Amino acid sequence: MRTLISSSTLARHRVLYWTVFSGVVAGFVIAFLFPVYWMVVGAAKSAEELVRTPPTLVPSQWHPENYRDAWDTLDLATHLGNTALQAAGAWALQIVFCTLAAYALSRLRPVFGAVILGGILATLMVPASALLVPKYLTIVDVPLVHVNLLNSPLAIWLPAVANAFNLYLLKRFFDQLPSELLEAAEIDGAGAVRRLWHVVLPLSRPVLGVVSIFAVVAVWQDFLWPLLVFFDTDKSPISVALVQFSYDAPVSHVIAGMVIASVPMVALFLVFQRHIIAGIGAGSLKG
Amino acid sequence: MLAFQQSNSVDEATWVGLDNFRLLFDDPEFGAAWRNTFTFTGLALVIGFAVPFALAVLLNELRHAKTFFRIAVYLPVMIPPVVTALLWKWFYDPGPGLFNEALRFLHLPTSNWTNSTSTALVSLVLVATWANLGGTVLIYLAALQGIPGELYEAAELDGASLWQRIRHVTIPQTRFVMLMLLLLQIVATMQVFTEPYIMTGGGPEDATITVLYLIYKYAFVYLDYGSACALSAMLLVFLGAFSAVYLRLTREAS
Repeated sequence: MRTLISSSTLARHRVLYWTVFSGVVAGFVIAFLFPVYWMVVGAAKSAEELVRTPPTLVPSQWHPENYRDAWDTLDLATHLGNTALQAAGAWALQIVFCTLAAYALSRLRPVFGAVILGGILATLMVPASALLVPKYLTIVDVPLVHVNLLNSPLAIWLPAVANAFNLYLLKRFFDQLPSELLEAAEIDGAGAVRRLWHVVLPLSRPVLGVVSIFAVVAVWQDFLWPLLVFFDTDKSPISVALVQFSYDAPVSHVIAGMVIASVPMVALFLVFQRHIIAGIGAGSLKG
Repeated sequence: MLAFQQSNSVDEATWVGLDNFRLLFDDPEFGAAWRNTFTFTGLALVIGFAVPFALAVLLNELRHAKTFFRIAVYLPVMIPPVVTALLWKWFYDPGPGLFNEALRFLHLPTSNWTNSTSTALVSLVLVATWANLGGTVLIYLAALQGIPGELYEAAELDGASLWQRIRHVTIPQTRFVMLMLLLLQIVATMQVFTEPYIMTGGGPEDATITVLYLIYKYAFVYLDYGSACALSAMLLVFLGAFSAVYLRLTREAS
């Protein structure tokens, strides 16, 4: 594909090209990979070596047991489990309810559908942080049922379901599915639910994948909201727990905890990198 | 509604009119928070807007190791923000921190980074840029790939130099994406919280307190929900305008 500089021009300036190329590779390694390397080996250094000047590029003595100690003393299994539980619940509820709502708005066309969709989209205009306090007060005393959801994963799950962005993404995808397929299914006597299950969902794998990744990543990365709703340390997700540990736990343990908290996200990215990278590019252009 | 009431978790809420707003205007942190938020957003745009674009244009010309570049640039985005903030806090440590060690190694003067009122905010902008640049670069790359090659070819036949091709082909062709990202970045960076909360606690001397941090403080440190909501309402009005423009543009485009 033709870009800014043509391939023939590049071929003529081969030395320049490879110089620039090596420079960019070196820059990327230093800027993006080195900090991560520093974190991973930093956790394997002794407390004394961590503060040594000048610092050691490669630990003079490896202490991989720091990772195990951090895992045990900081009780990372519990916090990772909490995060995983919160993310899984938010994901499942979003998939079920956003899909149903998007299908209803896109295909069943209820009365006032346009008004409802407009209302949902209007919430996209409200910055999430402006709703922080009202959302908190709602969770402390849920209207109608009057229960306090602090310290419960429901405090993460319920607000997560009201995700206008994912709903809109799904609705637009459903809008573009060929109507003939759905009409054919209807003529064959398939009800609304059967059409969703047997026609729409099998065709929607790509968009469901994107929504799933968004849902899981959003919960895993969030900090402020879980900081507010989980004051009980045993219930707090890894992000909140790490900040609390950083005040008093040994530095090498905190760093090991940071690495461990990052591993699931980085693994997710490496496994699905093709889809994630393509999704970011495509999603942005279509809005 | 809550913005006009005096409320905390104990007493019944009462109607106080504009008192919450008056209280905010008298708080010296109020001015500091807005000033810092605007400065942060401004700096984040200067760095976070030009750098990813230049990087994307450069990457688009490289014919090798494409996957490596995309993975490397996006890796920081996938690292949880809390980890990023803690990691950079450690790098910024004026004593054994990585950055000052590197500066000493190069025989350059060291900096106090987040511990000095003059550099603290810039230091946070650097972290935010590092953490978020990947998404922007990938979006620009996708946009650059949508530019028809004939445009460059025609421009070159007309004798346009490299710079002229960027100026008259690349930039006009990606203008829409640029505008979208500009609006999105403003809305996102105006709501910065995690970095100042973890790395500086709003200090030194309120140099890094932001609007969202102040909302947090009013609501969950002073337990003054009314004033926190008054401040939220101000943020909402301000950012709502940007979001509305953004949504309108995306719907027109689709």
